[in-house]
Amino acid sequence: MTAQANIKGGVHTDERHDSAHKHVTGRAEYIDDMMEPVGTLHAYLGLAEQAHGEIAKLDLTDVAAAKGVVGVLTAEDIPGVNDISPTGQNDDPVFAEKTVEFHGQPIFAVVAETRDAARRAAALAKVEYKAKRHVIDVDDALDVDYPHVTEPLKLERGDVESAMAGAPHRIKASQRVGGQDHFYLEGHIAFAFPGEDDEVTVYSSTQHPSEVQHMVSHVLGTRSNDVTVNVRRMGGAFGGKESQPSLFASVAALAAKKWGRAVKLRPDRDDDMVATGKRHDFLNTYEVGFDDEGRILAVDGTFAARCGFSADLSGPVTDRALFHADNAYYYPHVRFNSRPMKTNTVSNTAFRGFGGPQGLITAERIMEEIAYHLGKDPLEVRKANFYGDEGRDVTPYHQTVEDNILNQLVGELEESSDYAARRKAVLEHNASSPVIKKGLALTPVKFGISFTATWFNQAGALLHVYNDGSIHLNHGGTEMGQGLFTKVAQVVADCFQVDLEKIKITGTTTGKVPNTSATAASSGSDLNGMAAANAADQIKNRLVDFAAEKYSVPEDQIVFEPNIVRIGNVRKSFDEFIKEAYMARVHLSAAGFYKTPEIHWDRDAGTGRPFYYFAYGAAVSEVSVDTLTGEYHVDRVDILHDVGRSLNPVLDKGQIEGGFIQGMGWLTTEELWWDDEGRLRTHAPSTYKIPVASDRPAIFNVDLATWSKNREATIRRSKAVGEPPFMLAVSVLEALSMAVASVADYKICPRLDAPATPECVLMAVERLRGGA
Amino acid sequence: MSTIRNEIRFLLNGREVRTSDVGSSDTLLDHLRIDQRLTGTKEGCAEGDCGACTVLVGRRSGEGLVYETVNACIRLLASVDCCHVVTVEHLAGPGGELHPVQQAMVDNHGSQCGFCTPGIVMSLYSLWMGNPAPTAHDVEVALQGNLCRCTGYQPIIDAALAVSKKGAAGNDILVKQRNAILDQLKSLDDGARVEVSRDGETSILPSSVADLVDVLGDNPDATIVAGSTDVGLWITKFMRNISPAVFIAHLKELKQIDVTADGVTFGAGVTYTEFEDVVAAEFPHMAEFWPRIGGWQIRNMGTIGGNIANGSPIGDTPPALIALGATVTMGSKSGRRTVPLEEFFIAYGKQDREPGDFVEAIHIPRPGNDDINAVYKITKRRDEDISSVCGAFCITVAEGTVSQARIAYGGMAATPKRASKVEAALVGKLWTEETVVKAMAQFEKDFTPLTDWRASADYRAISARNLLRRFYLEHTGEPVRLARSTAA
Repeated sequence: MTAQANIKGGVHTDERHDSAHKHVTGRAEYIDDMMEPVGTLHAYLGLAEQAHGEIAKLDLTDVAAAKGVVGVLTAEDIPGVNDISPTGQNDDPVFAEKTVEFHGQPIFAVVAETRDAARRAAALAKVEYKAKRHVIDVDDALDVDYPHVTEPLKLERGDVESAMAGAPHRIKASQRVGGQDHFYLEGHIAFAFPGEDDEVTVYSSTQHPSEVQHMVSHVLGTRSNDVTVNVRRMGGAFGGKESQPSLFASVAALAAKKWGRAVKLRPDRDDDMVATGKRHDFLNTYEVGFDDEGRILAVDGTFAARCGFSADLSGPVTDRALFHADNAYYYPHVRFNSRPMKTNTVSNTAFRGFGGPQGLITAERIMEEIAYHLGKDPLEVRKANFYGDEGRDVTPYHQTVEDNILNQLVGELEESSDYAARRKAVLEHNASSPVIKKGLALTPVKFGISFTATWFNQAGALLHVYNDGSIHLNHGGTEMGQGLFTKVAQVVADCFQVDLEKIKITGTTTGKVPNTSATAASSGSDLNGMAAANAADQIKNRLVDFAAEKYSVPEDQIVFEPNIVRIGNVRKSFDEFIKEAYMARVHLSAAGFYKTPEIHWDRDAGTGRPFYYFAYGAAVSEVSVDTLTGEYHVDRVDILHDVGRSLNPVLDKGQIEGGFIQGMGWLTTEELWWDDEGRLRTHAPSTYKIPVASDRPAIFNVDLATWSKNREATIRRSKAVGEPPFMLAVSVLEALSMAVASVADYKICPRLDAPATPECVLMAVERLRGGA
Repeated sequence: MSTIRNEIRFLLNGREVRTSDVGSSDTLLDHLRIDQRLTGTKEGCAEGDCGACTVLVGRRSGEGLVYETVNACIRLLASVDCCHVVTVEHLAGPGGELHPVQQAMVDNHGSQCGFCTPGIVMSLYSLWMGNPAPTAHDVEVALQGNLCRCTGYQPIIDAALAVSKKGAAGNDILVKQRNAILDQLKSLDDGARVEVSRDGETSILPSSVADLVDVLGDNPDATIVAGSTDVGLWITKFMRNISPAVFIAHLKELKQIDVTADGVTFGAGVTYTEFEDVVAAEFPHMAEFWPRIGGWQIRNMGTIGGNIANGSPIGDTPPALIALGATVTMGSKSGRRTVPLEEFFIAYGKQDREPGDFVEAIHIPRPGNDDINAVYKITKRRDEDISSVCGAFCITVAEGTVSQARIAYGGMAATPKRASKVEAALVGKLWTEETVVKAMAQFEKDFTPLTDWRASADYRAISARNLLRRFYLEHTGEPVRLARSTAA
């Protein structure tokens, strides 16, 4: 046996996405690509055309009579419960019954021989409404005292009133933060296959197969063990497929059971955007008290969100906004309140950052306010307020920040990006350029990792070693492009010390790993990596016991070396060793499990340790703005980001770059626009503008803080990466803001709201030129 | 009357397809995915804006064969008659070995979720065929019509820049087989009129312009389909029945471009891409504006004639062409007539086009030596977006005085429209900042813009008048343009 130095594809190495070769050849199978059994039917949803009203008449005669139609489904056809609320609030009907609560709410479904026939038939419904007052914007919801969709949260520490009253400087203002459509390239889809008795199998483009399973059984009035949900991969998700897939899966399953045929449901892009939830828009009001040095003494903030007609995930989303409203800064006296407002719009949902970005952005606005007020570089103000040592290390939710690395990280980024010289150059440019103005900003991110619903922080994996030495890996996480399957396979390869190619990655299914949490909160690798490692360790322990006994060597002399097992002085190939173990009747399959230690959270008291650890990062962005039209370019971005000891640096870099650009889209061109009737008018890529290739920074330097190592015992000391980099894009908004501020000699904080479309930028320029 | 063929014929990857089972609303994408089970090509938006459905269509052009990226989701099946459709499934070698473009995407980690990837591979493939060593800017232009939500594009750009190191175009299947494919396409083209029907939905591909006149004479209410970049959405988004659909983009006579001392005259079937070289040579003031029309796929499909004929108030080319004094010629059974372009647009959705009329040609007079020209397009997103405001300027300055002014705007009224009060405030005046400031005050008399999801009325009003200032400043040498210089 020749020894190999390292396995191929182990942890901490750049390994390509396991499906890359299938992506580029078109052979990666998405649900709409699956072979359709003979007799497959297609369902399509009929959507409300009224923002709020009673259904006075629902006439589906023409729908049912249309060519190719097999039948229609309404709330009356639901054998179980007409509800898919992910938080058990019973406020999220599959089909509206008496009342519609937003323009685009599903009222019925039509099932036909082809998708085209179903879609055309759905348009033939005759629905009459008795209109009720509708509320679209969060301001209006606050004005008319519309209800909360869920219980608000309050975080408080210290004595805000006294500290504020004693502060040498006080500023009070508000900030508007836009929502965002996920715009996963693969829209929602479900494909249901009826089985025996009450069984049904659903292929669902979902981040949360277990929830889809529970919701389908809830709607069908069966048990979870009747329903199997499968997903091999999604064409993007970003939070948009956490709670939202249940609608499509339930309707497809309902139709499949009713007609005994396979049923597929795939909405058109417009319907997907109109009928499914988005990132919450927020209206944040803040008051800050600070000293002459720019050190914050007290902050009082209220974070009101457009939640839409139902709770969905708005509770935890608005909670997370509060958890991140401090971002990286120590507030000696602080009070945050959430206002999860009901509106007659689609129920908003999870989206990368999960409310965190909408809270964090106000911390960064506060830094700007102080800097412009005192005539300082905002970076100076930021550094003066970073979490520090004992006495300056407790968050508004009373968790101590023990792992802060921002001083080092920001210091390095300042240096590598040449921040100081470039800021000087920007100021000089602006002094001599009347039309084109530049801006430069450095903003940090500190993001808490763990589900704040503590029980979600668990995961399972199922690992089989077949008697030829090949390994079958399954876990509860889902693959949406982030490379989770690759990373977890790298962990298993590392555990057994076998090349990555030995491990077969298999699609997620509720039949193999039960009671899983959503692949969300950036937790996929942390949780599933640990669960898979646990499964591998169980099998390894059995193998060690077996070898120790058979070869009469101490356990510590049985070592898994690259593709070889060494037993004392004997080396056997992994395959040969496994065959021996099989012949000796060693159990070569294991179900792994993991739960995150140490975390706890008392929501009523507003105290605890909701996060296992924090991930950090910072970005410097430079922009140019045309002050005649508000158009702009992002000229350069430098990022330094912390992923601990990366499981796969190149995949992590992909998450950072992609997250940043997505965040930039949120803060710049992605604008959701509802008309007075409550209709979303930006419901397709022709009207809703996500970044294209030419929007990426002309110069884009992205580095990992390679020296960072998670101080907690996470999987191979790595850190989560999915969400934190999204918020690095706040630096773009602030750079735009600086360019705007230049027209009033940096004396006024521009209070540039998001998204800062060219229009928003030009209007701010006009406002500042007018002296306000 | 010419002979009639009742089937369409085309090459699909390596084989020939003949089918008479074609409805006028059948898209190429549905045909590929549902009928042919070629599921590598994806549907992302069904409106030509995301590029997940990008395929190549090869067609004869002059004596040669050109391959262009198109959006299969809004390309109508009937229109690929006598073309070669190439999908992502055709790229890898017989043993499954990846094409250089695919290999570069894999090596540079250019895919994450993978759903946009086949479309991106096809756009990069097309770029590589025509431009094996592109700049980062070239790649950005090629990818204007491809959305990726995962990667942030950097690794895709890196892949595109690395392709040339992965293999030469000479080994490529479409290069090696080009002559054979050209012969096959020639043999498919029998010069007949094509008429195909299913369930009462009819598509007609006339054999010539003369035949088109006859077809429209018989079907005066037919839907004329050129590039289908707009009509395609009538089907996919509004589920309209466009039958009988009369296709014109294949007619060689409508692809003619004549450049003379008087100006440029071109047929209604000329696509944006086909006109690009003329823009560069004859109308350099539009060189930056032109590639901001749609994405690459849209420019490969869409025609200037169609942009005019549909009369959208936010069409890209009408303001630019009105400022240049363009005229449009209509053909019909009763003969030809020519009208100034600005008079063609009567009201929202109403053009000076009678049933049986078709836009046949456009003429742009050659700008004078003393003319100053510019076209500015303002959008929420720089590339592949529809104008909030589009301003086009053509001013003649003689001895410091404005002798003539033609200024036209899109996005400011129900039709593309001239700013006649602004023009009047300029003509006869010294070309100075003072004149410009006075003229800027006239915009509110010319236009009462609306608020919609693209822009508010206020923004339209302010930016429209600021464009006149930009126009002036630019010609005094003041830096007013945003510059973008990519690192790669």
